[in-house]
Amino acid sequence: MKMTSVENLMMHQGRRQFLKTSGTGIGLTALGSLLPQNLQAQVNKAPKAKHVIFLFMAGAPSQIDLFDYKPDLRKQFRKPLPESISQGQRVTAMTRGKEQLVAPSMFKFHQAGKNGIWMSDLLPHLSKVADDLCIIKSLNTDAINHDPAKNFVCTGSEIPGRPSMGAWLSYGLGAINRNLPEFVVLPSAYWTGGTRNVQGLYSRLWGSGPLPSKHQGVPFQTTGDPVLFLSNPKGVDGDVRRRMLDATRNLNQKHLAEIGDNEIATTIAQQEMAFRMQSSVPELTDLSQESKSVMESYGPEVEKNGSFARNCLQARRMVERGVRFVQLFHRGWDHHTILPKQLPGQVFDVDQPAAALIKDLKQRGLLDDTLIVFAGEFGRTVYGQGTLTETNYGRDHHPRCFSGWLAGGGIKGGITYGETDDFSYNIAKDPVPIRDLHATMLHQLGIDHDKLSFPFQGLDQKLTGVETARVIKDILA
Amino acid sequence: MKHIALSFLTIGFVSAADTVEFNRDIRPVLSDRCFHCHGPDEHDRKAKLRLDQTGGEDGAYRVHKGVAGIVPGSLDESELWYRIITDDDDDVMPPSKSHKKALTKREKELFKKWIEEGAKYQDFWAFVPPKKPANPTLKNQKWSQKPIDSFVMRKLEVEGLEPKEQADRRTLIRRLSFDLTGLPPTREEIAAFLADEHTDAWKRVVDQYLARPQFGEHMAKYWLDLVRFADTNGIHHDHFRDLSPYRDWVIRAFNENLSYDQFVIFQLAGDLFPKPSNDQLVASGFHRLHLIIDRGTMLPEESFSRNVIDRVESVGTAFMGLTVQCAVCHDHKYDPITAKDFYQLSAFFNNIDATPETGGRSGNDFKRGLQQPYIEMATPVQEKKRAEIVKAESAAKAEAEKLKKQVASAKDGEKPALQKMQKAAEGNLKKIQSEKTDLEMTIPAAMVMKERSEVRPANIMIRGAYDDPGEEVGRGTPGFLPPMKAANPEAKTRMDLAKWFVAPENPLTARVAVNRFWQQLFGVGIVKTSEDLGAQGEWPSHPDLLDYLASTFVESNWDMKALFREMLLSETYQQSSVATSEEFKADPENRMLSRGSRYRLDSEAVRDQILATSGLLKKEMFGKSVKTPQPEGLWKAVALPSSYPNQFTPDTGDKTLRRSLYTFWKRGLPPPQMTILNAPNRESCIARRERTNTPLQALLLLNETEYMKAARHFAEQVLQEKPGNRMEFAYETITSQLPDEKESAALNALLSDLEASYLKKPELATALTEGKGKAELAAWTMVINTIYNLDITKTRQ
Repeated sequence: MKMTSVENLMMHQGRRQFLKTSGTGIGLTALGSLLPQNLQAQVNKAPKAKHVIFLFMAGAPSQIDLFDYKPDLRKQFRKPLPESISQGQRVTAMTRGKEQLVAPSMFKFHQAGKNGIWMSDLLPHLSKVADDLCIIKSLNTDAINHDPAKNFVCTGSEIPGRPSMGAWLSYGLGAINRNLPEFVVLPSAYWTGGTRNVQGLYSRLWGSGPLPSKHQGVPFQTTGDPVLFLSNPKGVDGDVRRRMLDATRNLNQKHLAEIGDNEIATTIAQQEMAFRMQSSVPELTDLSQESKSVMESYGPEVEKNGSFARNCLQARRMVERGVRFVQLFHRGWDHHTILPKQLPGQVFDVDQPAAALIKDLKQRGLLDDTLIVFAGEFGRTVYGQGTLTETNYGRDHHPRCFSGWLAGGGIKGGITYGETDDFSYNIAKDPVPIRDLHATMLHQLGIDHDKLSFPFQGLDQKLTGVETARVIKDILA
Repeated sequence: MKHIALSFLTIGFVSAADTVEFNRDIRPVLSDRCFHCHGPDEHDRKAKLRLDQTGGEDGAYRVHKGVAGIVPGSLDESELWYRIITDDDDDVMPPSKSHKKALTKREKELFKKWIEEGAKYQDFWAFVPPKKPANPTLKNQKWSQKPIDSFVMRKLEVEGLEPKEQADRRTLIRRLSFDLTGLPPTREEIAAFLADEHTDAWKRVVDQYLARPQFGEHMAKYWLDLVRFADTNGIHHDHFRDLSPYRDWVIRAFNENLSYDQFVIFQLAGDLFPKPSNDQLVASGFHRLHLIIDRGTMLPEESFSRNVIDRVESVGTAFMGLTVQCAVCHDHKYDPITAKDFYQLSAFFNNIDATPETGGRSGNDFKRGLQQPYIEMATPVQEKKRAEIVKAESAAKAEAEKLKKQVASAKDGEKPALQKMQKAAEGNLKKIQSEKTDLEMTIPAAMVMKERSEVRPANIMIRGAYDDPGEEVGRGTPGFLPPMKAANPEAKTRMDLAKWFVAPENPLTARVAVNRFWQQLFGVGIVKTSEDLGAQGEWPSHPDLLDYLASTFVESNWDMKALFREMLLSETYQQSSVATSEEFKADPENRMLSRGSRYRLDSEAVRDQILATSGLLKKEMFGKSVKTPQPEGLWKAVALPSSYPNQFTPDTGDKTLRRSLYTFWKRGLPPPQMTILNAPNRESCIARRERTNTPLQALLLLNETEYMKAARHFAEQVLQEKPGNRMEFAYETITSQLPDEKESAALNALLSDLEASYLKKPELATALTEGKGKAELAAWTMVINTIYNLDITKTRQ
């Protein structure tokens, strides 16, 4: 038997051609499949987690004022940062050529949890779940400005246009529910810390890059339909829509029989999925069945549409319903000036809801299956920006070290990982570059980060990029 | 899915190609599995062996420490053969640690045969200038002997396939209309074509459509994806910017059939003509389409470096069809593009006379979305008005100053009166200045390319870092391509480069262009990876056809419409797309061209079709981008609060019914009606769009407010028709086909069913028809909505 040229072309392209074919729907409907898209990604050990909730603190919270306790810095107030510490670190256009004077945190810290982890007094609620947290103090990134840095955290590359974390997971693991998207994005609609520190977001942060676009994140809206164009137009009720869809399906089926193109079957299937989403999404976003105690646990803001608190609760509901990856974006952390005045508002937005999310998932037995990640795109400088007094200062961008935390999903709780120097400026021990965070996340979901790849522009693209990434074994439970 | 994968492998294993061809069978495998360590990049090269060439100290035939890479004709002596077949985990290639797929049995067989037959290399096909191939002799005489059909037919013969019959005329005119104008044919156009009894009716209709102004608009849509045209800067604040004159020029260039070589030269170097026309200057705005940051966060030198890289990358994708950007950090792993090549190329594009970041927020430029350098193209009326205002402004200024002096030196008694006069004069001046501002806001202006008088040096940037310059390099083209002829070799210019691109010996420019144009008409390029014709790109399905088209294109003096005409007049193009389910499965993308291609329309065509068929479309051409209505709050959810503009305020009136080509494109969040249907966000150069089929698309087509309004608007027109004609009128207007009995019956049943429902629920009918209240209108609106949601409506077939 001779190989036809089509098969020959497919052979040349190997997996690329094959995936493209199946990605456009034929493979999917032909097999009625919720199977993984990327066969190679399955070369994995038993996954520890099924879901990820990524709490992205866009704008970059100050590690020095929240997690990375440096009591001795008080003695360094307004002293120049030693050159032995700054080591020619590149700066932003905002503080280039300016004096670098130490600005110690004005906030008190306390010890939390069984292991006495130092945490800022600004975080009373997270302190109470300290035994579930793995605080990483040695995150670091290559980028120093928001836009590339956010790209880097969300897609593994500073350059726009690569697939995002959620898209990779959707592509690599496939769906675990039939009625909801695999990757949902929930941006906060407001920030108690004010709007002056709010940076922009871009749809590319949840884009699919060269992966089939069905893997891209679906942002839920805080006004109008949660999913764009979900509601029937005025004057169309469920009954009318159903009858209209039945007629559409009948005609599409007729055309399928006449024309032969299996893509028509996909259209029919997707219209039916759309119809199902018209009930599954409102059911998802309807909080009327949540108990009063649960609602209250997320704090007062949960009552407001578009709050980070409400989004945390929504994230739990999504995970319950089989959404693979939920990414929350809370902006407003870019505290170049008057940080002490504005940081508490920001922390108020996230502290209680994030802690409640952990407890809520735990109570429902979902925390083991769900990896929560809390991080910004970089850290903030120990030296001040703008007015510098003991109670008023700002901080510029700092890529060399920053703090974040993980919880659930097979990660050890009650620990910290990595250490910074006395100035929270350089990493003293166990650095965690973004690619290692990504590799660890993928590992917990049962994916070998080196094997989850997609050919594009001549390279096998990976979330973790071209440099060697490693799983942080020490933090795995 | 596993089963499918296995069956491919099985087929691969049991079959054997009769001949091994290096470029088709061996090179892609070498590129994918071996070049990373044994390819053009010297830095990563292992064991002093490169498999991308035979000669030289490291070449594939080399003997190193007694070990030969490949010995032609001898498997035993060829280390490569041992390395790919061995079971020894330490020796096997590619190494298991590399995560590269091991060679399949079939691939091994091919290598075996290839080495036994002499391990002959071929120059990489895309880097050899295309030669016009001879017309093949065919057994199957079904088609004309015209070249395109002959090359396609020969392939079909080899594959044992038969072409399909010609499609019916309704299908043909619909296909043509969408392919050339992005709009469906009207009923009148269909009727005229059906009634045309001339033997050359097809040719006549092709020429008609090629001559339409909407041709240029539709062509421009593809081009704007390729050059990442958008209405915002794309980084940080993502502020507004206006490059609409460039879009207008692209539309006109296609309509006027500017030859493609000029089209390329204008964009690459339009500003360098001795006395550039406005068109040439506007076209050079190509170099201003990149993302650009506003000042204040990034270091300007980093922004500068990013802009230059972005410019080179766009030239690479658009004109070379290569991923040159891979050589930003290191020599290209697969193609022979060195980092030096990249930075020599960048030296043509690093000399713009502009700041690397956009300016402050004050002033007219910011509001107009302009950054220096730009040209203004005021109309004579505007010129005159401006001259008047300038004159009045200087008079008013003088008056105000005069009074100011008088006030200063005036006696106390005279002061109050003079002060009053001074205040009035200043008010007058302010008024005139604000008139001036208002006028300037309306003067069309286009950002352009402009060289600095002194040439900026360029360096190889180590690992691409903006702050780590290495060796200084001059302007130059990649070494593996034919040399560039410069007017003055001591001072090479961008104009020299532009001419080099369209020189007949350049192997890439014509191939890359015709491949994309082919893709526009057949859904997939002859090389599927139309953005990458390099080693990691895909092998062409019809290499001889591609070369034929490329060489004919150059011979025709790069005549784009002639090229389109020839493709459209082929029998290949006119085939029916009806096939069996098995045929669709065997060749889902119709790479063998054994039928007419069938694929979903692009987002713009989907929307434009709804506007056109419902009678709402406004065909006014050119001008600034339009904010068509979109769901509330989308920008607010992502934009910086201080971004300009940060809130979406939709335009109103007729403007919003213009073609989607003119829709305002915010890169941070482009219109969902477009992106849900796979339109790119225009942050990088896109040579081909993806086509998915998702539930979010289904929701868009079912529920989008403007689309529903259009359905109702159309329903009102349907009701103007005689009752017996209505269904046919509606169905034909939207699908270009007449409904058959079954279709009519199904839709009529739905109609009466819904009408009965709406009679029972008048409040729903009122809501749907916005107070017009009739059950009949409501039911018809939903029937139209149904037809808009048919697969055949959103599909080009």
